[in-house]
Amino acid sequence: MDPTILAAATINGVLLGGMYTLVACGLTLIYGVLHIINFAHGSMLMLAMFGVYYLLTKLGIDPYVSIVVMVPAMYLFGYVLYKGLIGRLAHGRDENILLITLGLSILIENLALLFFKGDSRTISVSYSDRMIEIGPTLVALPKLISFVVAIVLCIALGLFIQHTDTGRSIRAVAKERVGARLMGIDVDRIFAISYGIGLATLGAAACLLMPIFYVSPSIGHVFVLVSFTVVVLGGMGSFTGAAVGGLIVGLTESFGGLFLGESLGQIGISLIFILILLFRPSGLFGAKS
Amino acid sequence: MNSTLKPIPWKLHLGVLAVAIVFPFVFPSNFMVNFGVMALFYAFIGQSWNIAGGFAGQLSFGHVAFFGVGAYASTILQMRYGFSPWLGLPAAALAGAVVGGIIAVLAFRAGLKGSYLALITLAFAEVLRIVANSISITGGGLGMLIPMKASVANFQFTERIGFYFLILVLTAGSIALAEWLRRSRFGAQLAAIRENEDSAKALGIDVFAEKVKVMVISGAIGGMGGCFFAQYFLYIDPLVVFGVDKSVEMLLVSMIGGAGTVYGPLVGSVLLALISDVTRDLTQIQGLSLVLYGGLLVVIIAYLPNGLIDLFKRRTPSPRKRD
Repeated sequence: MDPTILAAATINGVLLGGMYTLVACGLTLIYGVLHIINFAHGSMLMLAMFGVYYLLTKLGIDPYVSIVVMVPAMYLFGYVLYKGLIGRLAHGRDENILLITLGLSILIENLALLFFKGDSRTISVSYSDRMIEIGPTLVALPKLISFVVAIVLCIALGLFIQHTDTGRSIRAVAKERVGARLMGIDVDRIFAISYGIGLATLGAAACLLMPIFYVSPSIGHVFVLVSFTVVVLGGMGSFTGAAVGGLIVGLTESFGGLFLGESLGQIGISLIFILILLFRPSGLFGAKS
Repeated sequence: MNSTLKPIPWKLHLGVLAVAIVFPFVFPSNFMVNFGVMALFYAFIGQSWNIAGGFAGQLSFGHVAFFGVGAYASTILQMRYGFSPWLGLPAAALAGAVVGGIIAVLAFRAGLKGSYLALITLAFAEVLRIVANSISITGGGLGMLIPMKASVANFQFTERIGFYFLILVLTAGSIALAEWLRRSRFGAQLAAIRENEDSAKALGIDVFAEKVKVMVISGAIGGMGGCFFAQYFLYIDPLVVFGVDKSVEMLLVSMIGGAGTVYGPLVGSVLLALISDVTRDLTQIQGLSLVLYGGLLVVIIAYLPNGLIDLFKRRTPSPRKRD
């Protein structure tokens, strides 16, 4: 096979991986650290993307500038949602959180369908089509930016969780809930904060994705299974893992499409997911539990 | 999810059955019979989920895998090899049971439970969807159209009422199975596994074998549901019969009606069918019924952990707590 095509597929896969990492790193905090499945992750991303869309079309705010609005807004939304609804209604059972977030995602997605209608929307900004030459291929600048930010975000989250008091509390709650409570940590608050941070990263992801992607009420479906694959592959709560997992998944999709065709090419991600769950559920970078 | 040990009186079973039998004669319009068919159909595939998810506590997000292989097995046998569609029903049950068994052996061998199990079942369903979308025997993404040729021998009834009584027999059978499960030793073992797997193991229950068994049974029911679906709508494609939506619907009717109860799926499916028809007729707003389903699921988990069926029992619902 022509090496130019292979190189192009590699670069494409890496950039795709960056996109997945961006969406998945919030999930790795929620799912990996707190061991709860946030099934509403995809629909929250969708909400954030519509937020970015309307900030641009109604108020003329550039998607990259909207980061300063979307990140705190999504954090607050996540914190309040967890404190007021999810945590309160789940009666402290992990499986209930799974079902409640599932219910929420059905609710939010279909409300979005009522308000925004089903069609996909894209935005156009001056830099949407700006191309940069990398090796043999041309790459859209916004894709490159999203990739770089994804890596930075993973590093930042990793540092945050390792070196701040809140980060330590989150790790403590993840390891030993009862013990953490006995040490005076407000466990419910830590859950809400983690959920808030998870959604805040989605706020950032939405700003970076909007210039290169489209938004529709069902956009979450594109990312849900992929994000879980990235998280499980990388390992619970490991942000390095999320970045590496994102790359592997992106490359798998890119090369799967190249060698197996459009339709069967998608199978790679699901197969990786199944194999990892069966043989190494702790993931590549996760601690064995 | 605690199913009470108090036996359901025979009068209740007979009463429900009697209502179901006279229903299409009291409301013979096409619209109402179709309503009945859909309510019973969802009760049937909901029971498939309920037996694994409710009775045995094995949370699955990919039950559509069984449904889909059943739909494809029967349709492929009929369209590609010329078998009678009636043979499709046992074939679909077999296909669903085999896939249920394979997934169960792999997942339970690896010790997956809770959210991990939910995710891996979802992934298996995705794999099957992609395969069905990519190979030629399934018709790929275009799906398969079963030609209209109405005759009972061809599994196509000229009157909807024929389909109604067929799905009534299937659903009644699934409810009888659930009732047997609730009374049997096997059912008690499943309840023990659901409540606490380690204790169940300590009591000498072969947890792995019981869990595989229940997935095989659940898969067989799901497979038959797929066969019925194909014959009723005469069209299947990968997204319809392997899509996440159907897995969620199977889970929803059981959770809303009452997971781990005999009549939960029926109560849930009748309610959801009502919501769906009423909202469509009164408002013509697309998606409103799903908004209500989603909201209902949240409310049920929060306040009626044993499902709507609790409203019919005179006892206060207790929030589901571990231990």
